[in-house]
Amino acid sequence: MTGEREGPAARPRLAVLYNPKLRGIFYQLVLLAILVWLGIEFALNAKTNLQAQKIATGFGFLDNTAGFGVNQSLIAYQESDTYGRVFFVGLLNTLVVSAFGIALATAIGFLVGVARLSNNWLIARLAGVYVEVIRNLPLLFQILFWYLAVLGALPAPRNAISVLDGVFLSNRGIAVPRPLFGEGSGLVLAAFAIGIVVTLMLRFWAQARQEKTGQQFPLGRAAAGLILGLPLLVMIAAGFPIGFELPQLRGFNFVGGVTMIPEFTALLIALSTYTAAFIAEIVRSGIQAVSRGQTEAAYSLGLKPGRTMSMVVIPQAMRVIIPPLTSQYLNLTKNSSLAVGIGYPDLFAVFAGTTLNQTGQAIEILAVTMAVYLVISLITSALMNWYNSRLQLVER
Amino acid sequence: MTGTTQTAYVAPAITAPLPPPIAVGGPVGWVRGNLLNSWSNAIVTFVSLYLIWAVAVPLINFLIIDAVWDGAGRADCLPEKVGHTVGACWPFIGAKFSQLVYGFYPWNLHWRVDLTFALGAVLLVPLMIPRAPLKMLNSILFFGVFPIVAFFLLVGGSFGLEHVETRSWGGLLVTLVVAVTGIVVSLPLGILLALGRRSHMPAVQGMCVIFIEFWRGVPLITVLFFATYMLPLFLPNTWTIDALLRVLVGVALFSAAYMAEVVRGGLQAIPRGQFEAASALGLGYWKTMGLIVLPQALRLVIPGIVNNFIGLFKDTTLVLIVSIFDFLGQMRAAFADPNWSTPVTLYTGFAFCGIVYFVFCFSMSRYSLFVERRLNTSHR
Repeated sequence: MTGEREGPAARPRLAVLYNPKLRGIFYQLVLLAILVWLGIEFALNAKTNLQAQKIATGFGFLDNTAGFGVNQSLIAYQESDTYGRVFFVGLLNTLVVSAFGIALATAIGFLVGVARLSNNWLIARLAGVYVEVIRNLPLLFQILFWYLAVLGALPAPRNAISVLDGVFLSNRGIAVPRPLFGEGSGLVLAAFAIGIVVTLMLRFWAQARQEKTGQQFPLGRAAAGLILGLPLLVMIAAGFPIGFELPQLRGFNFVGGVTMIPEFTALLIALSTYTAAFIAEIVRSGIQAVSRGQTEAAYSLGLKPGRTMSMVVIPQAMRVIIPPLTSQYLNLTKNSSLAVGIGYPDLFAVFAGTTLNQTGQAIEILAVTMAVYLVISLITSALMNWYNSRLQLVER
Repeated sequence: MTGTTQTAYVAPAITAPLPPPIAVGGPVGWVRGNLLNSWSNAIVTFVSLYLIWAVAVPLINFLIIDAVWDGAGRADCLPEKVGHTVGACWPFIGAKFSQLVYGFYPWNLHWRVDLTFALGAVLLVPLMIPRAPLKMLNSILFFGVFPIVAFFLLVGGSFGLEHVETRSWGGLLVTLVVAVTGIVVSLPLGILLALGRRSHMPAVQGMCVIFIEFWRGVPLITVLFFATYMLPLFLPNTWTIDALLRVLVGVALFSAAYMAEVVRGGLQAIPRGQFEAASALGLGYWKTMGLIVLPQALRLVIPGIVNNFIGLFKDTTLVLIVSIFDFLGQMRAAFADPNWSTPVTLYTGFAFCGIVYFVFCFSMSRYSLFVERRLNTSHR
């Protein structure tokens, strides 16, 4: 062992064949070559196939007349409009149902998640049953169930179920009153905005004062007065400029008010209750991830249970909750594409569905549709990551 | 205090015992402690009780008490004939049962489907029991041999078996074929993608990241449309691909991306020491991964894989949008049958469908919980 041992400088030279670095480069070149070859092959095939089937290429079709109707549109749309406009109609419908769905799912999810941890045995079990039943049924099944079995079973408009004579449930949709903004309503809205801004400033000031002197400020009551009371005073002073237009039965359908079409309602209910079951589990595990010592420490400092929850447990639980919550929001947005199953005119249904059928330009249309969902995903996750980084523990 | 003679207080007699505390044990105590311990809690309890009453009673009435159990057609499920409000019309399910399970698979060849189901079950059950022996052989049989045997059995066309077009497949058969193929194909693909994502070669890593994030960022339905309408354009026009096969390709690619993320979680949980020990023993990359890292990592992510499978099983319903009639699709088609059109047909169908899906998914999720608890023993 002595003497004949070579120094580290004289390491035996590896044969080129066994040099890991060169091997790595070789493998990667092979992979790239395969991918490039596949890409070229696909492109050539696509070209011949498209020519053989006489399908146009390019995005010129976006300026052509669509020629089909859409039963819910947030922007003015008629059959003579172009495919390009159809795209925006669909995109807006997707965004609307996703936004409402996310808000509802979050509310239901947090409620059920907290209920699962309630020390009331019955409500905890009930919440558990809700989560298990909803999570273990396919979403499309639930969408169809709400659409066909629940909303489809509502009576015709003539015998609509009325709630407080303002909301009417029928198989044509749910008609709700529409707010009418008369003269002077701008003042009320302005008062509302001022209320919010002043409350935010007040909160800032109250926090600074509490940090300095320890004195607390009854922020809740002040906020209620500013945000609700102020607009109410202005409303009275201006002589009630904001009224409501009630939906009224005229012939076979409701006129006036706002009617939520049954497709929208079914999709919204199914999406939000489905996602809420997952959010509830996330909330539950997030709250359970905060160690009991934190709660006990808060009690020993004299905090009441409510304040312990809101000031000690929830802020720490949020750190665990936010990342999986983000992916649930993304799932909800992506799942809204199941609208095509019941004919809600979302991006997928009107663009990748009807427009694809009429023009046959699968490559362009599906590429655009996929790109839109990817962009929505990226924006949502960027926003949530930003929020998450604000909540992160500041460590050394 | 020493030396003091002053007696502080000596009780002259035994004090009377305090009354016993209001029952703390027993059912009454439990109800008081858990349900009625404050006013707000009592209100919550009564609201929940009302909710249970409002849901459970109509449900039991519909499913069992008012249900019609035998009959031959729609007339037997109409209230005029039955004489009371009609609940579920179970003969409808009985009449449609074969369609719901086999689709339009030829009647005389149903044994082939049954045989495939039985074979799958026989191989799957020992795989799921942790104590059963021969895990390696069993997984090779289930993941490697079974799909091939099932393919020849179901498609036919060789070994003297009659060829059956996939167009006539349907119902639970399609649901299971799509879900099982998805999981069997996506597992190896997902492992490769996960290894690629953790690779040190920038081109391989970049490719895998793009692949995974792309499929995870788009809805499954766009993937199915991609596979149905776009894929044929990319392939030579001499190839004709079966509609079901196209969907299978889409589902496999989609679930591989999700599987890759599950496996990556397992890979990240393996401590560095394991890799270093393997290198110290002189094992190369594939041997390190195959013999040391993956066996440990995959065992860790079994619950994740099962959860993925549940998701996939539920997502198979989406194939009905590209006109392939799975279980839910067949049910929807069955609603349109005028021979069974009654006011309760729709609800009966949904009830049955819901029960089947729930039984499948719930038992799988319980299984994944069971594995999770088994794996967790050392930590808690």
